[in-house]
Amino acid sequence: MKYLTEFRNGEIAQRMAREIHAITTRPWKIMEVCGGQTHSIIKNGIDQMLPAGIEMIHGPGCPVCVTPLELIDKALAIAAQPGVIFCSFGDMLRVPGSEGDLFQVKGAGGDVRVVYSPLDAVEFAQRNPHKEVVFFGVGFETTAPANAMSVHVAKRRGLKNFSLLVSHVLVPPAISAILESPGNLVQAFLLAGHVCSVMGYWEYPPLAEKYKVPLVVTGFEPLDLLDGIRRAVIQLESGRHEVENAYERIVKFEGNQAAQKLLAEVFEVTDRAWRGIGVIPKSGWRLSEAYCTFDSEERFHITGIHTQESPLCRSGDVLRGAIKPAECAAFGKECTPRHPLGATMVSSEGACAAYYNYGRFLSAEELAGAGAGMTRVANV
Amino acid sequence: MCLAIPGKVEEIITEGDLRLGLVNFGGIRKKVCLDYVPEVEVGDYTIVHVGFALSKIDEETALQTLEDFRAMGMLDEELASEDEAFARAATAPQSACPDGSCSVEVQKAVN
Repeated sequence: MKYLTEFRNGEIAQRMAREIHAITTRPWKIMEVCGGQTHSIIKNGIDQMLPAGIEMIHGPGCPVCVTPLELIDKALAIAAQPGVIFCSFGDMLRVPGSEGDLFQVKGAGGDVRVVYSPLDAVEFAQRNPHKEVVFFGVGFETTAPANAMSVHVAKRRGLKNFSLLVSHVLVPPAISAILESPGNLVQAFLLAGHVCSVMGYWEYPPLAEKYKVPLVVTGFEPLDLLDGIRRAVIQLESGRHEVENAYERIVKFEGNQAAQKLLAEVFEVTDRAWRGIGVIPKSGWRLSEAYCTFDSEERFHITGIHTQESPLCRSGDVLRGAIKPAECAAFGKECTPRHPLGATMVSSEGACAAYYNYGRFLSAEELAGAGAGMTRVANV
Repeated sequence: MCLAIPGKVEEIITEGDLRLGLVNFGGIRKKVCLDYVPEVEVGDYTIVHVGFALSKIDEETALQTLEDFRAMGMLDEELASEDEAFARAATAPQSACPDGSCSVEVQKAVN
């Protein structure tokens, strides 16, 4: 693990951390809703530089882990069909469905391809008119402009053999859902910088006002994160709840309007199921009526998918806070990150996986004896 | 997953109906769609996500960000070739969280 002090500007970071210590008088819980920020916080040990009372809660910031199992199964079923070229970003290859993953589908003879850009999939469609080319469009608002453009270009070019399997989720409704959940403890949010580079932050002032929470647009680098946290704490300590932009060099209030214009044309808002959370109203996008003929779900009519989480798995209880991960009988036995039984172990930073990977189910003494690999302090 | 990487636009070309830039990300060159950033010209820096430029940025910001992302190991996956992606998948365990960063720790928020 690489710590912040090893980075450029380590001294400035230490100074910012000291400032956060100086202004903090009470415990606060701050959530980031972005996998990239979570990665940076953990990798740089930023959470461990903060005052003990300030807890960073890692929200549902990865569009892949909140993608329902049913949709992964649909992707696998489509990818396995003869005559289909199934295109995806590389990070979807090992995402497990009920049986297997895309990498295994390719091994079994499926034509699965990894693309850098969704436009590469459109090119495949153009060059292979007798194949059905499907692109698996998973993502938050950051990825949506790319996927929207792929469908838009396919339509403009009159391609009939290109379609999009859409799994798009949106940040603002997820924030609302978290703040409205019974017993919510989150008091401020860091807003994901790159989501806001597309969408701006004009959507957020009504949320800050309605729920009385500070919302700080934040970047990914160590200093950005510390600055975002610092600004959130200043607001919390002074009882303010505003939308603030701590990532001004990238994010503008209005966002990228050319992208938003095409998004509004290609997609429309729909209810979406989030794995591990459930259905959140108006929390995702589907193709709009003008583009619905490009919807892979319509084109392939995959039926007969019945997903079932393991009967041993108690991730529902974990998610409700009824039990801690280690209290589940399957934890660390039938259920490990390599053989996950449910959502909270599937995601490598999910509650169960985090407990497992970081040895948080061990006592401090056991941890000290556990050696390499158990790099985090016991936190139980 | 939602990381946008800074790069320098070295050349701008038109391919059919698309305005594309050849963008250099600290040594790796990729073809990038510039349709969302009509203001970007050759020599400019822009942040790019999955082959799409999203916003123009200044050189200093770009170089610092690139350096930090590289130090954190956040570049490889975004810029991997198809062969690299499959090679990585061949040795990777199954995981629904591809970059190992994210979390559904909602229970902490609501318990």
